[in-house]
Amino acid sequence: MELTLNQQGIAYLISAVLFIFALKGLTHPATARRGNMLGMLGMAIALGATLLGSQVQDYGLILVAGTLGAVIGIVIALRIQMTAMPQLVAALHSFVGMAAVLVAIGTFVNRAQAGTLNSVLMGELSAGIVIGAITFTGSVIAFAKLQGIMSGAPIKFEGQHLLNAFMGVVTVLLAVEFALTGDIWSLLLMTLFAFALGGTLIIPIGGADMPVIISMLNSYSGWAAAATGFTLHNDLLIIVGALVGFSGAILSFIMCRAMNRSIINVIFGGFGTDSGSGDSVGAVAAEKGVKSASVEDAVYWMEDASRVIIVPGYGMAVAQAQHALKEMMELLQARGVDVKFAIHPVAGRMPGHMNVLLAEADIPYDQVLEMDEVNPQFQGADVALVVGANDVVNPAAKEDPSSPIYGMPILEAGRANQVYFLKRSMRPGYSGVDNLLFYRDNTSLIFGDAKDTIEGMATALKGGGH
Amino acid sequence: MSESLTALYVFVLACFIGYYVVWGVTPSLHTPLVALTNAISGIVLVGALLVTGLDEAGWFASGLGFIAVLLASINVFGGFLVTHRMLSMFKKKNK
Repeated sequence: MELTLNQQGIAYLISAVLFIFALKGLTHPATARRGNMLGMLGMAIALGATLLGSQVQDYGLILVAGTLGAVIGIVIALRIQMTAMPQLVAALHSFVGMAAVLVAIGTFVNRAQAGTLNSVLMGELSAGIVIGAITFTGSVIAFAKLQGIMSGAPIKFEGQHLLNAFMGVVTVLLAVEFALTGDIWSLLLMTLFAFALGGTLIIPIGGADMPVIISMLNSYSGWAAAATGFTLHNDLLIIVGALVGFSGAILSFIMCRAMNRSIINVIFGGFGTDSGSGDSVGAVAAEKGVKSASVEDAVYWMEDASRVIIVPGYGMAVAQAQHALKEMMELLQARGVDVKFAIHPVAGRMPGHMNVLLAEADIPYDQVLEMDEVNPQFQGADVALVVGANDVVNPAAKEDPSSPIYGMPILEAGRANQVYFLKRSMRPGYSGVDNLLFYRDNTSLIFGDAKDTIEGMATALKGGGH
Repeated sequence: MSESLTALYVFVLACFIGYYVVWGVTPSLHTPLVALTNAISGIVLVGALLVTGLDEAGWFASGLGFIAVLLASINVFGGFLVTHRMLSMFKKKNK
């Protein structure tokens, strides 16, 4: 059976509609799985229609590469730890970018051979190559930063933005030259410049701005797919590329808004660093006049509380403390305590990172609240327990106009009767800003590994009943 | 209207659909959204198939296409499956 172009077009249309419904499914956790299934169905229809079409005649290589890719993909997806999701996503984005570059160059070679090249097509090919290449190296750098192969600290040097601008202009000029002349050397140089640009654009961005980077690269991978669609005159790729591109762009916008920063500010290099030195914990704390507390102190306030709100941050992911939190939550609930989780939009290393980790630990999603929902509930809560978060609860964002994070919306943990910070050391959050909440009368710090501390709390809750 | 211009129409209208659909996504599902859109952008696999499967494709284009098919299918299979794994973990209370 061979599909005609019209039959194939109809199959692509059905597939595009299914993809839209797939995204629509993510409006609510209850419909999300069905959404993903519709996405799979859409993809299956698109691939089936392509393979059965008249353009694909040679199946040998496709079968080998496709099977190999499927096996690798399935193994990775089954094995990956939820805490490593940001790295995985970065790696997968790089694959889309590279595939887009290869498809564009392959199309050029095929069309050159057939003698059907023209300026419009070569312009479209250039767009595909440039966007794909930037997506590729950008994602590779993001992966390296997330995986700890590269330092998460922003890499900055004199004249960096000037260099990027220069490279950008050269890339565009080479693209124009290629589109007009079809010169293979300008194609090659343009590709190299675009690969380099992907790296130099991402290195000045700090590791803690990862939620924005991941969203941006998500967006780029969409635009890369759309550009591929233009070169192949394939409307399905164009539609899907636009959907994905906009999805990433909206996420970038949401992340930036949650930090009260402009996308320009993030792209041109964040403040602060991701790493820091753990100064001698006790000494610094004493000097700064913060109270440190023991596990028992916190348990004393939590065991008879009516409401406890837990604020998780990246530190929870690092300590893998989500399962211990779930156990503690159940023990508290058994005592009639109302336990809620408060999630800041930029907590963690990618959008929604905390929600996935809590879901992994079987914490019901209706107990996990967004910032706007949970903020009114801090007032009157007995205890706010901050697990590995910092800047997102810092009142300096509201009270200190000179602070770099001033204006950023925060979780108002400070309004709870007692605030306990689970911290490894006194080092400030990624913004490098001191947290005013540490010095409040109702705040105490519990030093140590978050997982050990929470397991200690659970043990105390089990043992020390009334 | 040229073919490229029609493509531009499709593109611009699809952007609007993307804009309105994605704003509806709940923030708690932002990670699955990134994973799902990533799987969906594996649609470049269609492009890779067209390059590789062309009867007249030379060894160079076939080679490029081979790698593209490999990478994009990792995306498609890995992306959808990992999204499924994540979404299966989101449960309501008392279930």
